[in-house]
Amino acid sequence: MTPDQARLLIEEALAQIAPDVDIGTLTPDTDIRDDLGLDSLDFLRFVEILSERTGTQIAEDDYPQLATLASGIKWLAGG
Amino acid sequence: MPALGADMDEGTVLEWLVKPGDEVRKGDVIAVIDTAKSAIDVESFCTGTVEQLLISVGETVPVGTVLAMIAEPEAQPTAQPPPAGPAEHRGPERPPRPKAPPRRKPKRVPAGAGHPAATTSPLTRKRAHELGVDLAKLRGTGPEGTITRADVERAAAGSQAAPPKPPSRAPSRVRATPRARRLAAELGVDLAGVTGSGPDGSVKEADVRRAVPAREAAPARAAVQPAAAAAARSGAERVQSMRQAIGRLMARSKREIPHYYVGNTADMTRALEWMRERNRELEVSERLVPAALLLKAAALAARKVPDLNGYWRDDQFSPADAVHLGLVISLRGGGLLTPAIHNAADLRLAELMSQMRDLVIRARAGRLRGSELTDATITVTNLGDQGVESVFGVIYPPQVALVGFGKVTERPVAVGGLIGVRPVVVTTLAADHRASDAMTGARYLAEISDLLQRPEEL
Repeated sequence: MTPDQARLLIEEALAQIAPDVDIGTLTPDTDIRDDLGLDSLDFLRFVEILSERTGTQIAEDDYPQLATLASGIKWLAGG
Repeated sequence: MPALGADMDEGTVLEWLVKPGDEVRKGDVIAVIDTAKSAIDVESFCTGTVEQLLISVGETVPVGTVLAMIAEPEAQPTAQPPPAGPAEHRGPERPPRPKAPPRRKPKRVPAGAGHPAATTSPLTRKRAHELGVDLAKLRGTGPEGTITRADVERAAAGSQAAPPKPPSRAPSRVRATPRARRLAAELGVDLAGVTGSGPDGSVKEADVRRAVPAREAAPARAAVQPAAAAAARSGAERVQSMRQAIGRLMARSKREIPHYYVGNTADMTRALEWMRERNRELEVSERLVPAALLLKAAALAARKVPDLNGYWRDDQFSPADAVHLGLVISLRGGGLLTPAIHNAADLRLAELMSQMRDLVIRARAGRLRGSELTDATITVTNLGDQGVESVFGVIYPPQVALVGFGKVTERPVAVGGLIGVRPVVVTTLAADHRASDAMTGARYLAEISDLLQRPEEL
């Protein structure tokens, strides 16, 4: 997956979970949980969507990699 | 108009899902009601045939107003839903489960053993009704002779003598998701003219969006208004009415209930280790979150300390016989809803987790059922996800206790004479001093803490 695909994937997942968030306002350092007000169930859904789309089960130990947009893109893109 | 929560004074009929002549069973969703807080699916309190709809779509009426008449088998038409009584005796202050009015006669199975309706699903009965098929004359091919939808359709196809009734297409019967309904109202789209792509042809949000250009291309049709279903409140109105409803109920709570507060810190080391180990083997969709463990512990503890689980009414405490755990769910647009997880103490952890997820999704989509909003026996607020360490809540009358969970944080803790870093959670309880004393509250929180040390028993 390229970084651009990873970004698109994360943005699409967030649009589903938090439709009120303007994706355009996200910065690389936006904290996906705290800044967007996702609770643990929202975050689980986020991980679920990413797992479905990438076809890999994202382990709980890897959740911290998805903390921000930048870290999430890097991780999904295999960095 | 049922009281869908102690804070509801009036409601607006958004949609009728039945029409006169339809057969309904107790528990079938028959209408969508808009309250100050949300659109709610309202279930029938009894089984019978709809005689008359008394309140039309778009009308707002006080709690207790008769909405429709339902004739029960071999009984007089029954007022439906039963009046909820005067404002101060609504909701769970009445019996927690809505009961049929007293004049209802005992149900008797009509002559002819094995009345099919007893085991036929509502969908099958609806289909039979639409196709004019008499269920009593069918032989079921389903489990234990249950009549299935296929049986009904076979019977309809094979019988020219009974021409199918055309399915009703009255505008108010268009099936649509609440989001679609809301969007249609905003855009002025007539749902009756939209082709649905959802289950049973129900109209989804995307269908409404697709219908917009078509409508703009044909300006003459723009006059087709108003939208089929009454408009739910707009976002800004919703926030305002929600704040007012919460304000009224919380002011009443603080005015009438002498709250006392206790707090405790529970070690989450074992619970989290157990959960992580368990999650490792599971797909994302089946994984647990710490909130599920906390809720289960709260429910089990409520069963062990029954003085906190029930209602204060008529100047005395009535313990509830089951634990229906109210869950404070914050809505992304602001405000909150508190639906209940029924029989939470008896659910396996995985079931409780999936019900919690389902409730949150439906609360935010405006798809809660009336029964879920009226019978919580104790409520939990879990603000940990939003980062606070502790939350002391305001009790939902007529309940007598509200449990608060903060964020699970790592803290230095003395263990066996040494300082270690451990994940802990602050648990709190706000309880009604009329019903119990702080000793009881302390026992309750200690119980939660104990349960969290034995996660495999949750």
